Amino acid sequence: MPTVKVDGQEIEVPAGATVLQACELAGKEIPRFCYHERLSIAGNCRMCLVEVKPGPPKPQASCALPATEGQEIRTDSEMVKKAREGVMEFLLINHPLDCPICDQGGECDLQDQSMAYGRGATRYDENKRAVTEKYMGPLIKTTMTRCIHCTRCVRFSEEIAGVDEIGALYRGENMQITTYLEHAAKHELSANVIDLCPVGALTSRPYAFEARPWELKKTLGIDVMDAMGANIRIDSRGREVLRALPRVNDDVNEEWLSDKSRYAVDGLTRRRLDKVWIRKPKKNGQGKLEAATWDEAFKKIKAVKPGKDIAAVYGDLLDCETMFAAKALLGAMGSTLIEGRQTGMTYDTSNLAAVNFNTTLAEIENADAVLIVGSQIRHEAPLLNVRLRKAVKRGAKVFIVGPEWETTYPATFLGNDLGVLNSLSADVTDAFGKAERPAIIVGGAALGRGALGKALALAKEWNVVREGWNGFNSLHFSASRMGGLMLGLAQKGGMADLVAAKPKVLLALGADEVDFTQFPDALKVFIGHHGDKGAHAADIILPAAAYTEKAGTYVNIEGRVQRSEKAVFAPGDAREDWTILRALADALGVKVGFDSFDQLRAAMFANTPALANEGLADLGGELPAGGGDASGIIEAYPVADFYLTNAICRASPTMQRCSAELLHGEPLAEAAE
Amino acid sequence: MADRYIEPVTADLRERWGSFAFTPAWEEKAKAAIARYPDGRQKSAVMALLDYAQRQVGEETNTQGWLPIPVMEYVAAYLDMPVIRVVEVATFYTMYNLVPVGRFHVQVCGTTPCWLRGSDEVMETCKKRGMKKGHTTEDGLWTLTEVECMGNCASAPMVQINDDNYEDLTGERLDVVLDALAAGKSPKAGTQEPGRHTVEPVGGPTTLTAMVDANHDYRGEW
Ligand code: SF4
Ligand code: FES
Ligand code: FES
Repeated sequence: MPTVKVDGQEIEVPAGATVLQACELAGKEIPRFCYHERLSIAGNCRMCLVEVKPGPPKPQASCALPATEGQEIRTDSEMVKKAREGVMEFLLINHPLDCPICDQGGECDLQDQSMAYGRGATRYDENKRAVTEKYMGPLIKTTMTRCIHCTRCVRFSEEIAGVDEIGALYRGENMQITTYLEHAAKHELSANVIDLCPVGALTSRPYAFEARPWELKKTLGIDVMDAMGANIRIDSRGREVLRALPRVNDDVNEEWLSDKSRYAVDGLTRRRLDKVWIRKPKKNGQGKLEAATWDEAFKKIKAVKPGKDIAAVYGDLLDCETMFAAKALLGAMGSTLIEGRQTGMTYDTSNLAAVNFNTTLAEIENADAVLIVGSQIRHEAPLLNVRLRKAVKRGAKVFIVGPEWETTYPATFLGNDLGVLNSLSADVTDAFGKAERPAIIVGGAALGRGALGKALALAKEWNVVREGWNGFNSLHFSASRMGGLMLGLAQKGGMADLVAAKPKVLLALGADEVDFTQFPDALKVFIGHHGDKGAHAADIILPAAAYTEKAGTYVNIEGRVQRSEKAVFAPGDAREDWTILRALADALGVKVGFDSFDQLRAAMFANTPALANEGLADLGGELPAGGGDASGIIEAYPVADFYLTNAICRASPTMQRCSAELLHGEPLAEAAE
Repeated sequence: MADRYIEPVTADLRERWGSFAFTPAWEEKAKAAIARYPDGRQKSAVMALLDYAQRQVGEETNTQGWLPIPVMEYVAAYLDMPVIRVVEVATFYTMYNLVPVGRFHVQVCGTTPCWLRGSDEVMETCKKRGMKKGHTTEDGLWTLTEVECMGNCASAPMVQINDDNYEDLTGERLDVVLDALAAGKSPKAGTQEPGRHTVEPVGGPTTLTAMVDANHDYRGEW
C-alpha cells in the first residue's frame, strides 16, 4: 500500500493503483479521454497529464503511471494547467466545430473538458482533417471526422465484447476507426461504444437528432428485455420514452446494456393498445374487434360467471405487483391456476434455490470451470456472456451442451444430446475434479427437457456448493420468471394444468407466447400493452401499461429484488395493470384487500417477505438432490431471433431492422436523413 | 500518405485472390518466421508473413507486389487472428502496398537533405518518363511515390526501387538506372558517384586521417 502525496495531501493507495486512481482517491478530477475503468490502459490521448516527483521534469500521463511509495503528485500546478491547455488545443486542431449539429452536445466529454481545461480560443488556421464516413450498422451513427483516436471503441469490442471487428487503420493524423470492410457491428452489445465514445464520432442512429440531453426527464428503471435485470436510466420527453441508457451497477450490468434493452424503446409508441376492445361474436371463425368501454368489458366478463373457474397466465415482462394482484384476484375467486411458463415448459419449482442463478453475476467471473447446459448465452443473457468471457480470460474452461453457437471465448461443445451428461468425457470430469470454483449453468432449452434433475446430481457429485461458493445456476430468460416463482405462481404440470382445468375465463397478462387454441371454450381476456399475438387471440382486450409506464418490482435471475420507477404515462385509455385487476375484482364482486398501490405492495410484502428488501433475496434451502438420467436432443435454443423476443421488440422498427440486417443479412435501406 | 487507401473488395478481386496460398518456398519461410516466437504467439509473425505474401503476389503478377484483402484474410487465418488486426498492421506500415503497383516501385525521397541536394531534379526525371505520384504508368513498369527520409541523407538525393537504394543521384544518373532496370538488367545499387563506395566523405577522409594508412583502433578490423 504505497503512500503518495496529491497536491500536498497524503493518502494511501491500493497496491497496483495508477497515479490517476490515486488522484481520484484524493478527490481530484483528472480529465481524460482514452482511460476507462473497465478497459485496458492505452495512454494515447495525453489529457491526463500531471506533474510527478520523482521523475523527469515534464508532465506525465497519470493513467499509465503506477503510483509508487513517496510520490509527490501535483494536479494544480502551472505546468499541469499549461499541459492540459496544450493537449486540448492539439485535440481540437482536427476536431470540427460541430457542436451545434452534433448529437453528443450537452453530454460530450470533449465539450465539457474544453470548457474546463481548454484555453478558450484557437490559434490554428490551417485546414482541418476530414475523414470519410464509415458504416457501422443500424444502431451506430458515425461522424468520423470528430474522432479523437482514443481507441475506446476498439478496446471495447476486442476486450469486453470479444468480437474483433473495430480497428484503427492507417497511422498518425490519418488514423481512421472502422469496422472490418465497413460491415455492421454484429454483436449484442455493439451500441455500448456509443456511450464509451467521448466525442460525437459514434452516436445513436435511431435517436439521431431527437432531443438534447437537458430536455430529457431521467427516470431510474429496470430493464425487462431479458432476465438480467439490467439497471437503466429511462430518458423521456413528454409522454415519449426516447432512449434507455445503462446505469452503473457492478453487481448486475457493470455499465453495459444489450442492444435490445437499449433500442427496443421505440416499440413503446407503436402498435399500442390504448382502447378497450371486445370481439363481436361470429358464427364460424373469429369475429371482429370493436372498441368498447371498460364497463362493457367488465360486464361481459361478469356475465360468464367464472366463479373459481378462472385462470391466469402471465407474460415475460411483468412486474411482481401485477402478478401479485392477479394472484390476489384469483385467490379471492377461489382459484390458484396461474402459470407463466407460457410455452408449456415444466420443471420442478418447489425449491427456489434449484432454479436460481446462485453464483450471482458478479461472482461467476471467478469460476474456473463452467458447464453450460442448453443455453445460447449470447442471446439469452448477453451481459452474462461478458462475465463468462472474463472468467475464461482468467483461465476458466467452458463446456457447452447444445447446438453450436459462436462463443466469444474458447469453449468446447459436447454435442446436442443431453444424454452426454450421463457419461461425461474425461476432460470434462477432470476439469471439474480439479476446479476450485466449478459452476453449472442450466438454460431454458435444458430446463424444459427435464435436465434439471441430472444437473443437480452432477452438482452434488462435483460438490459445486462449497465454502463461500455456490456454483449451481439456472438461467431464465423472462424478466418476470424469478418474481413469479417467488410469488409461488407455477403449476406442477405447467400450462397443461391450466388446459386440463378448462377455465371459463382465462386472463392473459401480457402473455403473447401462449398457444391460445388450447383454450377454445374460455373467455380470453388480454390485459397488456401491445397488439401482438396475445391480443389477436383475445376476446376482450384491456389496455395496460408497459414497463416504463408503471412502478414495479423485478427479480432478476440471481434473485436480486430491484425496483423500477414510472417514467411516463401509458397512452390513451391504458391503465396500470394492478388498477385493472383491482377494478375487475369489483366487477366480479370479490375483495382483493388493497385499494392503493402502497396497500398492494404492503400486501405483497406480507405474502412474500423476500420481496420487501431490495438486493439479493434469501431463497433459503439446500439444493435438492436431483437425480435421474438426462435424455433428449436439443434441436434449437428457445430464442430464435434475438432482436424479436417480445411484443415491444416486435413493434420496434429499430429491432425489426436489426433482425433483418444483422440476422437475416438483408441490405440496409438507407433512410433519407 | 494521406492518399493511401485499400483496394475495394469486388467480386473480381475475390475471384482472383480468394484462393491465394503460400507456395512451398514461401510457406517454408513463413513457418520459420512463426517458429521464432513462443507457442501461441504466432501472431507476432504477422509482419513477416505480410511481407512474404506481398512478395509472392509480386512474383505472380510480375510487380513489386501488393496485399489484396483476400490475401490479408489468408494471412489472418494462417495466424489464427482477427482480420481487422492484420489490416491494421498492413495499413500502418507504408512498405505494404494496399493497391496494385508496377514492376518497379520508385520511391523518391523528398525530405529536406535530399531536397537540398536536388530531389526536385530526380522527381522531374521520373515525371518525364510519364510517372505520376501515386500512379502506375500505362505499361505497368513504374509506380511513383514520394516518401520521407530513408536514412540515406549522407548520399542524398536517393530513390528506393523495390529492394534497392540508388544514391548520389542526378537526373542523368537516375536515367541510366531506370533504363537498365527497364531493360531487365540489375544496375549497381547504392551510390552512383564514381569512386565512392558507400557514404564515406567524397574526396577522401576529413577526420581520423591517421587511420588511412594504419589501424590504430583496438579492434583488429576497422
Ligand atoms: S470513434 Fe470515438 S471511441 Fe472510437 S476512437 Fe474515435 S473518439 Fe474514441
Ligand atoms: S487518459 Fe491518460 S493518456 Fe488518455
Ligand atoms: S532525406 Fe532523403 S534519405 Fe534522408
